[in-house]
Parts: sequence; C-alpha cells; structure tokens
Amino acid sequence: MDRHPPPAPPLLSLAGVSKSFGTVHALQDVSLELRAGEIHALCGENGAGKSTLVKVIAGVHRPDTGHVEVGGRPTAFGAPADAQRAGVAVIYQEPTLFPDLSVAENIFMGRQPLRRGRRIDRRAMREAAEGLFARLGVHIDPDRPARGLSIADQQLVEIAKAMSFDAHVLVMDEPTAALSGVEVERLFAVARSLRDGGAAVLFISHRFDEVFQLCDRVTVMRDGGYVSTDPVAELTVDDLVHRMVGREVSALFPKQEVAPGETVLEVEGLGRAGVFADVGFSVRAGEIVALAGLVGAGRSEVVRAVFGVDRHESGTVRVAGTTLPNGRPAAAMAAGVALVPEDRRQQGLVMEMSIERNATLTRRWSLSRLGLLRRRDEQRAAAAWAERLQLKAGRLSDAVTTLSGGNQQKVVLAKWLATEPQLLIVDEPTRGIDVGTKAEVHRLLSELAGRGIAVLMVSSELPEVLGMADRVLVMHEGRITAELARGEATEESVMYAATGQEGRAA
Amino acid sequence: MGPEVDDPTTSAAAAPPERPAPTARVGAVGSAGSALRSLLRTREASIVGVLVASVLGASLMVDGFATGRNAGFLILDVTAIALIALPMTLVIITGEIDLSVASTLGLTSAVMGQLWVAGLPLEAIVPLCVLLGSALGALNGLLVTVAGLPSLAVTIGSMAMYRGLAYVVLGDRAVADFPFSWTGGATARLPGTDVPWIALLIAVLAVVFGILLHATPVGRSLYAIGSNDEATRFSGISVRWTKLWLFVVSGTVAAGAGVFWTLQYGSARADNAFGLELSVVAAVLLGGVSIFGGRGALVGVLAGVLLLGTIRNALMLADVSSDVLDIVTGLLLVVSVVLPTTLARVRERRPRPAPPS
Amino acid sequence: MSGTEETGAPAAGTAARTGPPGAAAGEAAPQPPKEHGAGDGRAGRRIRQVRELGILLALALLVAVTTLANPGFLSGQSVRDLLLGATLLTILAVGQSMVLITRNVDLSVGSVMGLSAFAVGVTFVSLPGLPTPIVMAIGVLVGTLCGVVNGVLVAAARVPALVVTLGTLYMFRGIDYWWAGGRQINAADMPDGFLGLARITLFGIPLPAVVALAVVLAAGWYLRNYRSGRELYAVGSEPAAARLVGIPVDRRVFAPFVINGSLAGLAGVLYAARFGTLDATVGTGLELEVVAAAVVGGVAIFGGSGTVYGAALGALLLSTIDAALPMLQVGSFWQQAVVGLLILVSIGLDRLLAVRAARRLRGGGSRGA
Repeated sequence: MDRHPPPAPPLLSLAGVSKSFGTVHALQDVSLELRAGEIHALCGENGAGKSTLVKVIAGVHRPDTGHVEVGGRPTAFGAPADAQRAGVAVIYQEPTLFPDLSVAENIFMGRQPLRRGRRIDRRAMREAAEGLFARLGVHIDPDRPARGLSIADQQLVEIAKAMSFDAHVLVMDEPTAALSGVEVERLFAVARSLRDGGAAVLFISHRFDEVFQLCDRVTVMRDGGYVSTDPVAELTVDDLVHRMVGREVSALFPKQEVAPGETVLEVEGLGRAGVFADVGFSVRAGEIVALAGLVGAGRSEVVRAVFGVDRHESGTVRVAGTTLPNGRPAAAMAAGVALVPEDRRQQGLVMEMSIERNATLTRRWSLSRLGLLRRRDEQRAAAAWAERLQLKAGRLSDAVTTLSGGNQQKVVLAKWLATEPQLLIVDEPTRGIDVGTKAEVHRLLSELAGRGIAVLMVSSELPEVLGMADRVLVMHEGRITAELARGEATEESVMYAATGQEGRAA
Repeated sequence: MGPEVDDPTTSAAAAPPERPAPTARVGAVGSAGSALRSLLRTREASIVGVLVASVLGASLMVDGFATGRNAGFLILDVTAIALIALPMTLVIITGEIDLSVASTLGLTSAVMGQLWVAGLPLEAIVPLCVLLGSALGALNGLLVTVAGLPSLAVTIGSMAMYRGLAYVVLGDRAVADFPFSWTGGATARLPGTDVPWIALLIAVLAVVFGILLHATPVGRSLYAIGSNDEATRFSGISVRWTKLWLFVVSGTVAAGAGVFWTLQYGSARADNAFGLELSVVAAVLLGGVSIFGGRGALVGVLAGVLLLGTIRNALMLADVSSDVLDIVTGLLLVVSVVLPTTLARVRERRPRPAPPS
Repeated sequence: MSGTEETGAPAAGTAARTGPPGAAAGEAAPQPPKEHGAGDGRAGRRIRQVRELGILLALALLVAVTTLANPGFLSGQSVRDLLLGATLLTILAVGQSMVLITRNVDLSVGSVMGLSAFAVGVTFVSLPGLPTPIVMAIGVLVGTLCGVVNGVLVAAARVPALVVTLGTLYMFRGIDYWWAGGRQINAADMPDGFLGLARITLFGIPLPAVVALAVVLAAGWYLRNYRSGRELYAVGSEPAAARLVGIPVDRRVFAPFVINGSLAGLAGVLYAARFGTLDATVGTGLELEVVAAAVVGGVAIFGGSGTVYGAALGALLLSTIDAALPMLQVGSFWQQAVVGLLILVSIGLDRLLAVRAARRLRGGGSRGA
C-alpha cells in the first residue's frame, strides 16, 4: 500500500449501480473505484452480489440504474465484447473454455495472430501461448484440447487469456479456489507485475490471508449493498469479518447438543480410480458429521457415490446395516438416504418446473393413488412444506426460477425432508444464500439432528464446519486425512489436514 | 471459500442461446403482459382454436367436407401419424427424438408380407411383427441409454438401417393378397356409424397416454428428464431406464401402425410410409411440444395431427393441388415456433428501462 | 441431448495438480513428476486424424475388395461415374458440416437443391436467350435465398434449427411442387453446352467432381485458417463462452446457413446439368443422407468438432458403397441397410474414442487404488 500513495485517477468505476432479477435485488446502489496501479479486493459472503457485480463490469449484465465509467467517462457495455474493447479482462469463477478447441485457440479466440492474407498464424499463436505459460511458470501443451483439463489448469488457461489482452483492468473472481500454494504464488506475482505496469486488478477471494498479503484496498459488500472501502493496512481480519457478516459470527450456529444413537451410515474402503480412494467413515443417528477439505478434494464425489448417483469401483456403503446396491439412487432413497446436492440449479432443482412439482418430485409415488397423481394432493403436500420452512414465494405454481437462492434451497430441502430420511446428506447447504436464510438452514439441520436424523454435511466454509459439526472428516486429494472431534477441530487443524501438510497424522 | 454462485440468471445465461428462456411465467408486467402471457401459456389452446376454425371454415367452404363419410376417411388418413405421434410426444418431452419410426413401420410391413408369403397365419404374424417393433425400439433405446449416443444421430442411422432391412426382406415386391376379412376389417366402421373402429382405438390410446403423461408419477418424471436430466437423476429417477422404455414403446407402436397400414392399404411394401417420420415430428412440434424437451401437452399434439389431416383433406376435396399442403404445413410449423418466441422477446424488451447514456 | 459424462472431471484436478516438484512437498506416495494438463497432449489431434484415416482405410478396403471381386470396378468409366455420383452428396455434406459445427442442423437441403434445380430448368425454358453462366448463377442464388430464410429464422428469431428447417423443408418443397405444377423439364429444354458440363473432364476427372473438390478444399482452408472459421467451432463447442469472449454468435450462426444454401443451390445446378430431367421431386429425402455422410465423416451432431474433409470422405464412402455392392454380387437392396449400420458404427466409434481420450487426458488412475 505504502508503495502506491498517490491517488491515481480511477481506470474504471461503478456509480450507484443496481440490478434486480425478478424479485431478487442482486445489487443495490453499489459504487466502486478501481485505480491504476492498485490491487483491489472485493469481499463479501456468498450471495452478497459479488458475482453479479463482476458480470456488470464484464458487460454481461446491464445495470438497471447507475452506470459504469471507464477513464472517467460513462460507458454502456452492451455486450462482453464492449468491455473487452475497453480493456477489461475477466477471469470468471467457472472457467468458460471451448472443450473442443486447443488450449492456444482458447486463449486467442477472436484475436489470433495473423499472417499474410489474414490467415491465422498457428506457429505464432502457439509460441505466444507458450510464452504466457512460461510467464505463469506452468507447462500446458498449447495444442491439446481444453476438454479434460483439470479445473486448476482451466483456471490457468483463463489467466493466460486475460494476460494476453494486456488489459488495463483485470477482474479475478475467486481465481485461487482450485489452485495449489505454488500456483497461487505465481498468480500473485503476475497480479503484482500487472499492477506495477499500471493496471488495476479487482481480486475476489474468501481467503483473508490472500487479501491481506496481496491487496492494497478492500471493498466490502453485504446482501447486494455496498458497505465500505478502506486501505487494507487500516483493517484487521476481525474488522473485515464484522463488516461482511454484520453481526457476531458465533450467533450464527445454534448447534444443539445431542447424544448420538445407532450407527446409520457405514462407508468402508470406498474408491473410484482417479477420484477418491479408501474412504471409510460412519455417521450415527443424531450426529452432524462434516466433510471438509479444499475444492476438488473429492468430497462431493464421495457423497454422490454414497447416494448412488455415481458408481464406485470398490468398497461398500451400508445404511442401518444393509448394503446399498452400487449406483442406484432409488435404492438409497428407499433405505432412507437423502442428498441435497452441491449445485442447486443443475442438480437440486428442475428450474423450469413449478415450486410444487419440484417439492413433490421425490414423492411422486407415495402421493399417488392407484398410480394416479392428483394436483390437489401435490399442492397440499407442497404447501405444507412451504409453510414449515417459511418459504417466501408468490404462488407455488410459479417456476422455481422466480425464487431467491435461499428460497430455492428451501425447496430442495423440502423435497428431501418430505421423504422422511434417516440419513440426510447436504452438500454445501448454504452456498450462495443470504445470511438470514443461512441461519435458518443451520437451525433446521441442528433440529433434524436433534430428532435423531444422521446428518452428513459437505462444506467449504470453515465457520460452518466448526460451528455445526460433532465430528469433522477432512479430505485431501481423494483421501480422508484426518478425523477431528468437535473439541479438536480448529481452523488451523482443519486447514492443515485439508492441504495435506500433516500427511496422515492428526 | 468455495465457488460462489449468487446470480439468479446464471443458469439461463449458460444455456445454449437457441434455447428460448422459459419466459412465459417470469414476471409479466401490466395488462398487455398478462394478456400475452395467457396467450403464450395456452399454446395448446391456440392450436385447438386453429383446428376448430379450420374445421368450421372447411365445413362452410368445401363441399362434401362435413359428412360422416369424409370424416371417416380423414381419420383413416391420419391413423398412422396419430398412433406414432403418441409415443413420439413422450420421447420428445424427455428431450430425445426417434426418427426411425417410419422405417420401423416399413420393416414391419415387409416382414409381414414375407411371413404371409411363407404361409404363416396372420394370427401369428401380427404379434410377431409387433414384437419385432419392440426389439427395434429397444435397439435404439440401448444405443441411446447404454452407449450414451445422441438419439438424433442414432435414429438417423437406424432409420436408414431398418428401411434397408425392409428392402432386404421384401425387395421391391409388393405382397397384396391378404384376405379381405383382414383388410376390410381394418377399415371397418363401427356399427351404425361412419366412424372407423380404429378411431376408437386411437381415442383409447390417447387417453392412456394422456393420463400417463399428465397424471402419473411417470409423466412427472418425463417432464423433469426433459428439463434437466441431471437434477432428475439426483431425485432418484432412473433416466436411462425411462428413456429405454420410451424407445421400446415407440418401436412397438410404430410396428402396430405398420400392421395396420399394411392391412388398410392391403399391400406390404418396403417403402411403406417413407418420410412419415418428419410428418409425425412436425405434428408433434406443431402441437406445442418443445424440441428441447420438458414442455408440451398431448391435447396439443392431437390437435396438431388433426389440423394437418383436416387441411390435407379439405384441400383435396376443394381440388386445390396437394402441393399447397406442404407449404401450409411448413408455414404453420415455422409460425408456431417463431411467433411465441418473438412475442416473448418483444415483451421482455419493453419493461426494461433505457440504459443510461 | 444427454450429457452427464463429465461427472468425474472436477476431482481429477487434484490428480494433475501434483505437478511442479515444490508443490508435492507433503505427498505421501511418490509419484513421477507430471506436466500440467497431464496425459497426452496430442490426443485430441490424433483422434481426428485417426477418424479420417479410419474412413480412408475403410474406403481403400472397400475399393480393394470390390476390385478383386470385379476388376471392372476400377475402370476409368466406372471411377468417373462413381466420382460424379459422389459430387452432389459431397457438396451438400460440406455445407451441412459447417452448419452442424455451429450446433445447428439444416434439414431443408434436399428441398433447396430440388428448388434450385427446377429454377435452372424453368429459366432455360422461359428465357432461352440467357447465357448459361447467368442461369447457373440464378440457380445458386435461389439456394442462397433459401439459406438466408433459414438463417434469419434461426439466428434472428432464435428458433431451434431442427424445427425451422423441418418447416422450410416442407415449404420449399411445396413451392417447388406448386411452381412445377406437375410439369417435367427434359434435356431437350436445356442447351447442350449446359448438359455437356457433366461430361467435361480435367485430367480424366469429371468437371463437377473437380468443383466439389474445390469446394471441399476452400471450405476446409477457411475453417482452419480464418478467425471467423475458428469461431464457428467456438460457437458450436460452447455457445455461452462464445458470447463471453465477444464472438458475434448470431452472425456466426447465420453465415453457415447461407453458405449451405448456396452450396445446395450449386448442387441443384449440377444435378440439372447431369441428369437433364427435372421435376418437383428432385432431392426428396436427401437431407438425412447428407447428415449421415457428415456424421460418418466424424462431424459431431452436437457441434464443435469435425472437419469438412471428414464429411467429404464420408460422402465418398457412402457413394462408393452404393456403387460397390452390385459389383460384389450383394443385392442392391442391402445398400441402405449397410449405410445405416455404418452410421451407427461410426457414431459408436466416435463415442468410444472420445471416452478413451478423456480417460487418458484426465490422467485417471494416477492416484489411489
């Protein structure tokens, strides 16, 4: 920070930007200034509106009110191409590559180096790609197709793409989520060199150490609104957390104490080549067991295999003593297993269907009489759950797309709780939902455990893991590297195990 | 620290651009909006309306249209399309397609002819042929579900193969010496009316398929599969198994239609019903079923089938060359998809505030 | 239409990430150092080459077997007939491939070809004085206009291509019937200079085949070497990403329809020149055969991959099967069944290759049991 004291003119700024989707106010009167030669952090909880903000800067969304200024002049980005022309490069959270095309083409699509006759100069393109990877210090074959690249490598290709722009403004939406320590360091070196070259970098991360290590200023958002902007040097982690959450963290997790009962789930030697190996654990009635680890550690894959959506290649899954057949979700459901999946929109809900149809999708047969479904029965069943979970919805016959993220998650929960499971698996149960609903979900999980349901929770949010779980299982690269009792689990012990730094100890 | 998704439009933005967004239900504003919305919501109602209008129009303007005799002919004309359209609707609602149906019909017909020549009694031939159709459908289904191949490509392949096998079985011969008790029986009318008995069968099957699609757990899962097969799998529904069965049903019904076709026209030929698959698909799409799956109703499809049949019949009676039929069919199909999407887009654009200048 | 195959992909990230020696500090099991994006870098390209080589091999095998059985098969006249026969399908397959690559399809090509062929005939009849090249241009123009109609409906009105082109398949055919009104145009109605085009040979190759070859090479050159050509692949591979990198998606979807229309028009002109007898049924049912040729040639039916060379080879293979079966004493009735089987085998093979390549690219099995 002290290396860059003079307040340079903003390269890009947002002034009073608001954006709504239906009834959801994703952004409300947000302002932000990105100055030349700074790395600017954007912090906020999931659902605070960061990704929407990024999409406004990228020209994907047009703001309802307010505007984007580039170099002091108001600009209307009608399309991503406009933003690119204005020198804005964006690395999205989810990589946006063309699986069928080569890595080099992915980097230079639309801007391939040309030779005589406006033909693409493949050699130059290949060399330029190699040059970019050399700067990043990684080896990726520019000629291989993007299909099959790991998430980390896809992210690196995205970074190389952004570097190839020579952009004035670089936006990185959680670029480090899937990167290892060395890769993160390299990325930081790149970001610093861009900054020193006079570019502005907007850096979004949930990792506070990264924010404090890398960034010059930090802007905090909460619930779609702007909270504050300060030099990083003037803040502590506690200040930052306080601004993001807006209340005391400990109040968020009302975990009841429950004496665990019979073992409900037993997993032994579960494995699938290249994904996870030798996974074994158990969950007892009334217990909340968290599965922690970094993104890509194989947690979701394990719970999917337990539920039977994916097949496993070795090992067994037993629920209340009976072995579940491999790859048969219907059998798992019959045995009382429910899975609230990670990706709400792709896996949890059929977005085009109505709220009530989604909520009753798992109970089609039990609601039917003589094989026939009556609308009234479906409506009644859905309405009962909507009330129990305090669903905020217009009409239950509306499509689920009309709901906010938190209420969509409630529909997923309703859909699964309606099956009266004895084992509830929740994968990132509070991802992308607002703070209020988050607390409701936590209370609900705790209450369910109190009623003797076994809960297995995959979560990437450490406070959630530490606050909710009776036991914490930590995964690293497809294996369980630690099992920590509630008393032993701290941010440090979990992170160590998650990054594999203590091997199989702990 | 996990990736965050807090943008309600992500899924819509990530969908392929040619997929029309489910705009019909999202936040309509104002009275113009709600009027449009009701119009859009009732694709089926509008196609039924067009059907009623054309039947009325044809009755008033075309001599000989509004007779029981003619209605009987009309029904016999559309029988094959109507039968095959029933399972096709289900297949398309799950997001798949079966282009091999007309070839299945042709192969069934050829086999029927060959077996008759070989001296088997029709009592044995008919069930064998229907079973053959189930097997042909199962082959399609296995290639789609087990091998994971796109049904569009698979059924283009099996369309060529089944038609080819029909030629292998029967060559370019025609077998036409089926007993009159069968051929006449196929087109027999219900006692005391001009209505062919097959109309009753179609009606019964339509009700069965309609209930299956709209009022059973299976039907619910078909829509869910077509909208998002991953979420459906996560709900414990076996997507593969369901699709496999649909292809089997599709093949079986096509074979049944083949048997009927052969008896109706009294002729088993390898090229029977050549090109019929596109007529069936056209009728289904005209009836408001989304080619991407997840949306559509059986009422609309039946109206679509009858509409095409009515127009053809009326044009023929009015001595208008049947060429116009192709133009009308194509135009209806294009308009039926262009109009709603365009209207929806116009409406979507209107309430949006002008961008700041 | 289904696509749930990538389920294992995200987790594989960790496998490939063990890369640079420094990162693997606390690694329990010793692993050989691996590159980023481990696996075989050239696997993708190899597949494509294997794919086209495969068809070439099948073609060579078929020709060899047929020639052994019947030496007359490789005679000059027979080869010329074969090439002439493959011309139309090849040209149509090239256009169709470009449409397929963008994740669309054009079912109306058969009707468009029929319409332009008839337009050529009608122009010769009603304007006898018009120079032949202008009449040919009119034929191509008719095709282009049809392509524009399809393109506008798909790209501007954003209606699914399968539905639109199914509709225009009927419309164009209907217009053709209505225009023809049962008429037939015969060789006598057209100038000899035009009909002679099909008999001209260059180095023993019929002129239409040379035209088809030129079309293949030009399209292949364009798709490989020009930005807009590569963008067709990008649009078909991942439409959402294409928008994000600023590709004008609608224009890239529109153009192939127009090109495909023009090529169908060209095919119509060549049809008229070769056969000399035109009625409203020309090209009926051809659309699915064209799609089949492209698919056999390795063009993915859901976009993003494949080459026009492959499609052309596919067309050549299908035509050769047509010509070879009678020579092999196999009843010509088998022809269509063999073509159907070939389609199924080739998409199955594509799938198998893709799954195996994915497994290799993922570097699967490197970790754990």
